[in-house]
Amino acid sequence: MTLLDPIRATEASQIRARPAGFGHDLRAIAGRALSAVPNDLAAVVPPVLISFFFFIVNVATLERITESRIAGFDYTAFQMATAILLGVTGVSRAPSLVLDIQNGYFDRLLLTPVRRTAILLGHLAADVAVAIVLTVPIIVLGFVLGVRFEAGPLGVVVFMVLAAFWSLSFAGFGYAVALKTGNPAAVNNMFLLFFPFLFMTSSYVPRSQLTGWLNTVAAWNPVTYLLEGLRSLALRGWQWDELGQAAVAIALVGTLSTSMCFAALRGRIRRG
Amino acid sequence: MDRVPEPAEPVGSRPMSTAIAGADRPIFAQGLQRRFGEVAAVDGLDLAVGRGEIYGFLGPNGAGKSTTIRMLCTLLGPSGGTATVAGYDIVSAPEQVRLRIGVALQDVALDPKQTGEQLLRLQGRLYGLSRRDIDHRVTELGKLVDLGDALGRRIDTYSGGMRRRLDLAAALVHNPEVLFLDEPTTGLDPVSRLRVWEEVRRLNRELEMTIFLTTQYLEEADELAHRVGIIDAGRLVAEGSPEELKRRVGNDVIVARIEGDTTTAQAALQSLAGVQTVEVRGDELIVTTADGAAAISPVAVALNDGSVRVRDLTLRTTSLDDVYLEVTGTRFRTGDDGGEDSAESDAETKKRETVEAKR
Repeated sequence: MTLLDPIRATEASQIRARPAGFGHDLRAIAGRALSAVPNDLAAVVPPVLISFFFFIVNVATLERITESRIAGFDYTAFQMATAILLGVTGVSRAPSLVLDIQNGYFDRLLLTPVRRTAILLGHLAADVAVAIVLTVPIIVLGFVLGVRFEAGPLGVVVFMVLAAFWSLSFAGFGYAVALKTGNPAAVNNMFLLFFPFLFMTSSYVPRSQLTGWLNTVAAWNPVTYLLEGLRSLALRGWQWDELGQAAVAIALVGTLSTSMCFAALRGRIRRG
Repeated sequence: MDRVPEPAEPVGSRPMSTAIAGADRPIFAQGLQRRFGEVAAVDGLDLAVGRGEIYGFLGPNGAGKSTTIRMLCTLLGPSGGTATVAGYDIVSAPEQVRLRIGVALQDVALDPKQTGEQLLRLQGRLYGLSRRDIDHRVTELGKLVDLGDALGRRIDTYSGGMRRRLDLAAALVHNPEVLFLDEPTTGLDPVSRLRVWEEVRRLNRELEMTIFLTTQYLEEADELAHRVGIIDAGRLVAEGSPEELKRRVGNDVIVARIEGDTTTAQAALQSLAGVQTVEVRGDELIVTTADGAAAISPVAVALNDGSVRVRDLTLRTTSLDDVYLEVTGTRFRTGDDGGEDSAESDAETKKRETVEAKR
């Protein structure tokens, strides 16, 4: 190590930490989370490929049978909402937060004057940005397959935003598990939690075609309303009631997940 | 947790009520306690560390050193008692504490996917430094910790010593008033250890930084600390300058490793002129005396005249290990190298004379 000359040491002694403000903290944390994404493509590319796969296979399998039973029905546009949810749900920086916990960097963040809520919200903000980017190739595939939005270009934007905020609301569960367990496997398995919600709903056929117990479960499943809101933009234009229900579904799930998330953060801080 | 509004004046100025408490005692704790269930990891700790002081917090693994440092750094809430750091209460004003402290924890806390420079720059941003200040500090700290061009490399390519040095640099980015170092040299090779010591002394000397250093190395506490606190089972059992602590035990120590009846040998040595105390520890007799050079010959003769066989006889100055033994009743042990202690090597460095005596 090199000893500093007195002048430089004096300059150094003038530099002092100061509160930077919540927005600045949030941008700094989100910026770090986003800058890590290019080095972690294995975490974000597979969901898009899975989404592509199911989108194409489902359309090929079910398009003829559904369109023959329901007059004027556009099954490709119908399926795009399901594909989007497959692509963005569970994609988050929660696994990297687990690594931060394991390698001690999370403690370093906690030792800075940054507010603890900004640490969490910074990660979530990065997730929204990533989710919006992930919707682009799926929507492009939809266009290639012939999907057109009745709600127009603004409808596409709202479609992306709803998908991104759904991604955010579900990501909260991943962060809750990350903070609670510090276990990467547990976080990665969180996506499995989504499967019952995705399949016990109108993911493959319209709700009007569901019967019995599945119809009852779908009525209570928030993903049903999210899918219907997303589909309305492509199939029927601006349907405010359906969009409102989608927003409420996202808000409900988001409130639950972020509550769990912040409770887990408080618990981790309490445990030290 | 809300942060107080950004002060118009420099961060260094603070409310009078807390400034008085913290002005001369950047670290102050009263009855600090942390329980984990039924176990009291830290049990009623009182501490007062003066401004510009290097305070060595010494204890074996599990004594409560890291728990104490995590509480003082606001990473862990206390179960009882109070503490202020840099003049601010660790419970009611943790954000103010965090603005003023730098911390290098026992395990390095780095993001291996970042480069060293990215890590330091982000650290600077999180502490609210301007871009100019960050540029200045990154350049300066890169030289300081001898990382040079390696700062541009990803941290996962760094050696253990480089990571430790970068971790120290990250703790210093914002030029803290109080620096907490939790076992900063554990796992380092001797050369890197000496570099860290040099840097700790420099920070203290040139920037008058108050440094709270936990260590399980007696030699480290002896070399670096102005004052040493010895913690055992969560309690502070002794405190003072290394010299003061050693004086408690005596100036010199003669250690005789023998075969035979230790009780008889102990009685024989206690009657000698100049001998202060004689303790039996296993097959060793620990003799404290004000003048070791004068006492060693009578001790050797007394043992030779007795019914014991002397395997070796060592004269050395008092070490912190002797202090530790005095206050806790047990020999100091560290977690390094299978649990063997460094006190033995510490004693050896201070050895003035070794007499191999064979009967």
